[in-house]
Amino acid sequence: MKWITVRRRHPRAGYAVMLLALFGLGAGYMALMPDSTGGAEAVSSRVPLQDIREGKQLYSQSCSTCHGQNGEGTDVAPSLIGVGAAAVDLQVSTGRMPAMNPDAPQQPRKRRVFNQEETEQIAAYVQSLGGGPPIPSGSDIAYEGADVALGGNLFRANCAQCHNFAGSGGALTGGKEAPDLHDATPTQIYEAMITGPGAMPVFGGDTLSAEEKLAVIKFIVDVREEPNPGGFGLGRFGPVTEGLAGWLIGIGLLIAAALWMTAKKQHD
Amino acid sequence: MTPRTSPTRRLIGGTGTYIDERFGSANFVTRSLRKLFPDHWAFLLGEIALYSFVVLLLTGTFLSFFFEPSAEHVTYNGSYENLQGVEMSAAYASTLHISFDVRGGLLMRQIHHWSAIIFIAGIMVHMLRVFFTGAFRKPRELNWVIGVTMFILAFANGFIGYGLPDDLLSGIGLKITQGMAIGIPVVGTYVSFFLFGGEFPGTLLIPRFYILHVLLIPGILLALITAHVVIMWYQKHGNFARKRSTEKTVVGAPFYPYFVAKTGSFFMFVFGVTALMGALVQINPIWLYGPYNPAQITADSQSDFYFGFLEGAVRLMPAWEYSALGHTLTLSIVIPALVIPGLLFTVLLLYPFIEQWVTGDKRHHQLLDRPRNAPTRTGFGMAGVVFYGVLWAAAGNDLFATTFDIPLFATTWFFRIALFVGPVIAFVVAKRVCLGLQRRDRELLEHGVESGIIKRLPSGEFIEVTETPSEEAQAHLEGKKEIPQIALPARDDGGVPAPHSRGVRAKLRAALNRLYTRDEIEVVPAEHHRGEHGEAEHRELSSTE
Amino acid sequence: MSDKDTDVGRSSGGRPRRVIGTPRPTETQYLLGDDEGAAGPPATPRAERDEDPKKIKKAERVVAFFFGLSLLGSIGFVAAYIAFPVSGMAETALSNRWLGLSMAAAFLGVACGGTYWVRRVMAPRELVEEIHPMPSSVEERRDVVEYFDQGTADSRFLRRPLLRRALLAALVPLGIAPLVLFRDLGPLPGTVLRHTAWKKGMRLVVEGSGRHVRASDLAWPGSYITVIPEGFEHDLEALAKATVMLIKMRPEDLHLPPDKMAWTVDGIIAYSKICTHVGCPAGLYEQQTHRILCPCHQSTFDASRAAEVIFGPATRPLPQLPIGVDSEGYLIALSDFHEPVGPSFWERG
Repeated sequence: MKWITVRRRHPRAGYAVMLLALFGLGAGYMALMPDSTGGAEAVSSRVPLQDIREGKQLYSQSCSTCHGQNGEGTDVAPSLIGVGAAAVDLQVSTGRMPAMNPDAPQQPRKRRVFNQEETEQIAAYVQSLGGGPPIPSGSDIAYEGADVALGGNLFRANCAQCHNFAGSGGALTGGKEAPDLHDATPTQIYEAMITGPGAMPVFGGDTLSAEEKLAVIKFIVDVREEPNPGGFGLGRFGPVTEGLAGWLIGIGLLIAAALWMTAKKQHD
Repeated sequence: MTPRTSPTRRLIGGTGTYIDERFGSANFVTRSLRKLFPDHWAFLLGEIALYSFVVLLLTGTFLSFFFEPSAEHVTYNGSYENLQGVEMSAAYASTLHISFDVRGGLLMRQIHHWSAIIFIAGIMVHMLRVFFTGAFRKPRELNWVIGVTMFILAFANGFIGYGLPDDLLSGIGLKITQGMAIGIPVVGTYVSFFLFGGEFPGTLLIPRFYILHVLLIPGILLALITAHVVIMWYQKHGNFARKRSTEKTVVGAPFYPYFVAKTGSFFMFVFGVTALMGALVQINPIWLYGPYNPAQITADSQSDFYFGFLEGAVRLMPAWEYSALGHTLTLSIVIPALVIPGLLFTVLLLYPFIEQWVTGDKRHHQLLDRPRNAPTRTGFGMAGVVFYGVLWAAAGNDLFATTFDIPLFATTWFFRIALFVGPVIAFVVAKRVCLGLQRRDRELLEHGVESGIIKRLPSGEFIEVTETPSEEAQAHLEGKKEIPQIALPARDDGGVPAPHSRGVRAKLRAALNRLYTRDEIEVVPAEHHRGEHGEAEHRELSSTE
Repeated sequence: MSDKDTDVGRSSGGRPRRVIGTPRPTETQYLLGDDEGAAGPPATPRAERDEDPKKIKKAERVVAFFFGLSLLGSIGFVAAYIAFPVSGMAETALSNRWLGLSMAAAFLGVACGGTYWVRRVMAPRELVEEIHPMPSSVEERRDVVEYFDQGTADSRFLRRPLLRRALLAALVPLGIAPLVLFRDLGPLPGTVLRHTAWKKGMRLVVEGSGRHVRASDLAWPGSYITVIPEGFEHDLEALAKATVMLIKMRPEDLHLPPDKMAWTVDGIIAYSKICTHVGCPAGLYEQQTHRILCPCHQSTFDASRAAEVIFGPATRPLPQLPIGVDSEGYLIALSDFHEPVGPSFWERG
């Protein structure tokens, strides 16, 4: 290792280390990039009375402080009467509810607190308060055979404006943002379209038919599972990250080459 | 000729004789082969731009064998499943075909796009080097003008290329262009209708843009590059002050074989780095954007980095619009789309002449300035860099907002304020740093280098021994040239200003000159001034003990 | 700079021992140079040091290694071209990666080898050359002026005004006349920017699926969908102006003047999706705040108050399309927009 001891005090050794570190970081990221496969969860819509009772119990413990004893809403949080089981399943299964910080402009996706059974019990209770869209069942979200080209077209017409062309998310006003769709399960995407969580508008009823919703889901899932044929995808954020890469990697490497070419010789 | 010659030697000799008998070129060739090139990493930055242009020509030619510049509607049936059966333009379909049905096609597309980004970034870093070292001064002003012209053409061609594949992003880029074009006062709608051949988007723009992109602009660029390099060759490369590198002499390694080997290797570096990026980093995934449809849009609709400053300017503008007498003047378009780039490029183009006018410096400059030795220029340049940089960053304000959880409008306000405050701070800080570095240089020349040896005198006093800087270092430090000051308006006995200093222009010039030369520091102590050209008399500095 | 990185504590060549707190050795040594140390013995000239045949031989091997790498890269490139077909995303990814990497290896091998060659193998040489002043001598310049004056006189250009004026009269139009050719680049704008494809009774269809829309399709407040005029699904020029977004709000959330209220159906309001700034589709509707945001330049409109501008560079509200319901219950346009859609232009008024 003599060569390295000789060179490590070189004035440009720092740059070399930086460059190596950057490469290491990039390579590491590429190697560890999460494999984004979201499996469809089959959810049944059976609602026995027992579930509603259990759900009310859980609701009183974890939700009622903000949403009111009977889901009537408070200053902090909206009423849950009529939002339906789908909205509850979406918010609770993505971990957004119960909220850690109810005053934040928007709740982030995080580890879910309640398991699927508990979630469905709370959903059943809220459903019993005033109806609303139910949790879609397994057959409702059988998207595998849907028309992906149609889905792409609908996605670009109604979704890409907020969620970006590849579902990487985007900015909204007032500190809110349209979240990325990397981890959203088909059920959650479906629920989001029919309930319009947060700032998101509702694509319910027949504005998008059931098959069209499945086509959108199919497009989202296909695109996020499809490999980046050109190499590292740079987060699929478009030209901004590309420009940064051009400067940091492209110009960076070429300036390093120029420095090497013209550096004063080292004698050992 | 040596009696024993190898076949290669005979071939070279034979070719040489053949050419010389027809062109009498031996003298010229010798001079060219012996031409000296100074060795400094910053002098290779222009070559990044030069060679990435070659990469662009080669990859672009390949792409043109497959690309179909047409807005004709076709139904896609290539191998990308997500778009099968979708209606799109022939331009977009052929770009998909290049990406997924031509072996190496995606690679060529990616290398083409990466080298376009590196081309313009290379021009920028090269221009910064030329600016901050004062290499644009006489006799090289015209080459600077050619350079800025190429910069503008490169911008234009990059933008046009962005619009060609007719994916959603390129269509949005064209829509924004059209929206700005019709905002131009008086002629806007005509400009737009003539450019697009009618209403947006029409079918004529893509073939029109294509021919500009592949023929007209590259042709002009090629001619200007030739002129740029020939002029540089003829006027010789500038150099920093060194022991033997002065206004009258140039030090370097000869063209053959040293510079040939270096520049050849650098050529290969540019090819290699663009190929590496094309292999490993995805750029412009047009298949994800989808075909252009004027009813659709995506978040993160941004331009390539070099157009970011315009995009940012547009985002930062408040809504200013005035209507009178049946006409509408939209300042929120006119200022960012016309005034800001017009101002930026005009100042860039004219800067050598402006500085010459302010300083009155008409000397020939073979030696380059160290940035610290021209504090006002360096400060002004940094202010420009910050101004451009703020606009550039503002073009990505939505990504700042989501990445750092800042409200979107707050980022806009931050950049609005930074646009005005940032350059001022940059100017002051850069200038102060330069002056501080100059003072340190003077210190070194006056007192020598601190050697780290502490001596104790017989009296008990401790002193640190300082040593004379090496001749090489001394020559480098003493390379600073004083900036000429224009005398204040002279007055004759009756108190009447001298004729040359009357008038608004003369007063402005005197004021600017004062601004430019204020805080001037004499780096080279008066008694140590070397001969006019730094060669003749060199006095040893005595170590101060 | 021979011993830049050697241990500074070892006082080599009369170089003094470094004390903590003094400048870093590299800088000091740069400033002091390495062959002009005041007390040290004269260092070996660079050229001689570099003539060590062993080192050159070693360097030659390194260069040959890099050139060999380049050769392998080229072979690999051809191999990758043959080996990897492109028929799907995964295959394209493989093809792109290996074609690119082998190509990069081919180029970078030559690049690194060449650099190593010039730095380690070539006999070092640094030359000094005089620079000749650019300007020509006074005599040479005078010669030019004299010859030019003579030539002008010989041409009799200055003394024959008729010739001069006739030439000018011939040349100026020659430069200007061809400009008329550009007239046919496109039609004149006329009034087309003031109209869109919408007409009275035209049905709204969903962009992407082409289906008609009923008011009941947007049952929930917060519903949103992009719609276009029926029959213009593939007419990009029409879509560039006529694209509309339908938003359903609770009637109590809508704060509109009565005439514009009449253009809504059941709390469903139709705004032009074309931003009044530069014409991007401004489609980010936030159903809680009723804000419409344009993703291009972040102009923000308030959908509950006739889409008035609340932030950003846009100057005018999004135009509202009057909508109603036809006999079959489908949403229709009651007329075209009542003002030009999209960005401002000079003749807009």
